[in-house]
Amino acid sequence: MLTKEQSESAASRTLSPATLLDIRKVAKTFGKSVVLRDISLRVAEGEFLTILGESGSGKTTLLRIIAGFESATSGEVWMKGERLDPLPAYKRRVNTVFQHYALFPHLTVEQNVGYGLRVEKQTEAEISARVEQALARVKMTVHAKAKPSKISGGQQQRVALARALVKRPQLLLLDEPLSALDANLRRQMQVELKFLQREVGIAFVFVTHDQEEAMVMSDRIALLRMGEMEQVASPREIYSRPATAYTAQFIGHTNLLRTVVQGGTVRCNSLSWPAPIPDGPALLSLRPENIRVAGSSGSQDAVRLRGQLRHRAFHGSTELLQIECTDGLSFAVRAPARSNWQSELEFEFDPADAVPVRESAERT
Amino acid sequence: MFSRVYRTVITVPPLLWVSVFLIVPYLLMFCYGFWSVSPARVIVHSWSLENYHQLLRVDVYWQTLLRSIWIAARVTLFSLFLGYPLAYFLSFRAGARKDLLYQLVIIPLWVSYLVRAYAWMTILGSSGVLNTLLHYAHLTSQPLDFLLYSPFAVVLTLTHIYTPFTFLPIYASLEHIPRNLVEASHDLGASPVQTFWRVILPLSIPGVLAGATFAFVLSLGDFLAPLLLGGPSGIMISNIVVSLFGAAYNWPLGAAISFCMLILVVTLLFFSERLEKRWSFS
Repeated sequence: MLTKEQSESAASRTLSPATLLDIRKVAKTFGKSVVLRDISLRVAEGEFLTILGESGSGKTTLLRIIAGFESATSGEVWMKGERLDPLPAYKRRVNTVFQHYALFPHLTVEQNVGYGLRVEKQTEAEISARVEQALARVKMTVHAKAKPSKISGGQQQRVALARALVKRPQLLLLDEPLSALDANLRRQMQVELKFLQREVGIAFVFVTHDQEEAMVMSDRIALLRMGEMEQVASPREIYSRPATAYTAQFIGHTNLLRTVVQGGTVRCNSLSWPAPIPDGPALLSLRPENIRVAGSSGSQDAVRLRGQLRHRAFHGSTELLQIECTDGLSFAVRAPARSNWQSELEFEFDPADAVPVRESAERT
Repeated sequence: MFSRVYRTVITVPPLLWVSVFLIVPYLLMFCYGFWSVSPARVIVHSWSLENYHQLLRVDVYWQTLLRSIWIAARVTLFSLFLGYPLAYFLSFRAGARKDLLYQLVIIPLWVSYLVRAYAWMTILGSSGVLNTLLHYAHLTSQPLDFLLYSPFAVVLTLTHIYTPFTFLPIYASLEHIPRNLVEASHDLGASPVQTFWRVILPLSIPGVLAGATFAFVLSLGDFLAPLLLGGPSGIMISNIVVSLFGAAYNWPLGAAISFCMLILVVTLLFFSERLEKRWSFS
């Protein structure tokens, strides 16, 4: 069941995605170390946005700034025309699902879910109705009277979700909520979470270090690296048009080609092909699955490469081949799995699949 | 696995220690409680409940026992009211100064009990620091005599001495509370005050119980503070036991009173342990 407010926001999403959360030039330093540098980000109503990054990228700090557990050194956070950052956490209409769930151990599942309503002094009738509804939504009704220590990690996860959603927040923050679950349960919860988000129509800001999880669940991905925003785009866009070398490598697998462009021709060791790229050195990203066995497409302007098979890794339906060309170039190629490969192979790729990317700043 | 010999070697000494210095003395004490002293001041090994009867019949014994319980209860209450906020402040608010403050709380434990008791004598005495100050400030015309040699002085001194003992377990249980629970509470809209009552306090109950038990048991059996600062009106049950074993030479009655106190303390420990278990969630 949707509240009036939520169904309205779900309706307005289809018309024009209004900005819900507006992060303006947020920076955070702890002593001398800079954790976040000049982060600007907008989250639309009803959107599923994932903040993706390695550990130490500042993604959790950014989430904690939105939640109010951490204050930004500079910059502002706005939500629906209201400035959020001067408010303490308990006055923000934002709720969080914590990494380790943070369920109150002395309260039952039911009391945990009702906690947020009880502190805002709702009537007992209202509380029990909404708690019941929230527990039903995450299929935890049978465990209502159990203490958190008596239920499994996946179940605790559901309770944490119910506890946050029962408050009907405008924005739900999720801090690596699936990281403690085993792989199978994790995949199942990814689907459930996504489904739940569509159902309630609330904007989710989801933090993870798992690029696959980010791709599967998000409307948009914000990739953080060393406290800076690397790229914000939809999963498809960020995968097919990565802005930087780091993005291309972090999201999926890629071949990075150092090339020189002159008069519309790209040169990379002994290979060359025409491309509409400005003159000068260029860094190109070429996905392994965009390289295929030569002659299989019949395309005229495909670039051909020949090399020795150095290594193969079996992945089920596909395998990842490591090809070394005579001129010293090395390529990763994703090909349909087959039992025997010749040691000398010829491959091809379309020039359009080699996408120019910006050089990423060196790691310090 | 450990060999039989090894297991015997490591378990026998502690067992021996406990039996020789704990179980045997307690058994002896239990037996003494039923014996009596002849007019010729010889301990007679005849079995009767006379000592226990006397404890209930003679006013000074049961009244002193009740007074001791009342003093211990007040000490417990006051040291909780001092120790809890202190522990809370250190655990949640002190930040970088935490370790230093912790040491400052612990340091008094390194100072001899006697020194601390004597310190209170110099403060509370009729020409002590406090009375002198009050006199020079023209707040009093003559020394306040209830300050020293009174139950007040005993409660004050014992509170001072046992507050670190209540502080420590409370502090430990507060440190044990995962900080993300506090954040979760704020996240769900609870103010810091609501968070304290609904999350922090319930989760620190085991520490409060342990601290209260320490303060109560230790001050109930205390005999130095009432001896030095209690005066006639501040006498506690241990002083009576001491005199019964000493000058009064009535070991059987002393043993009977001691045994009653032992039962009282063991019962208390038993219930406090059960309550602590009920309130711990891990």
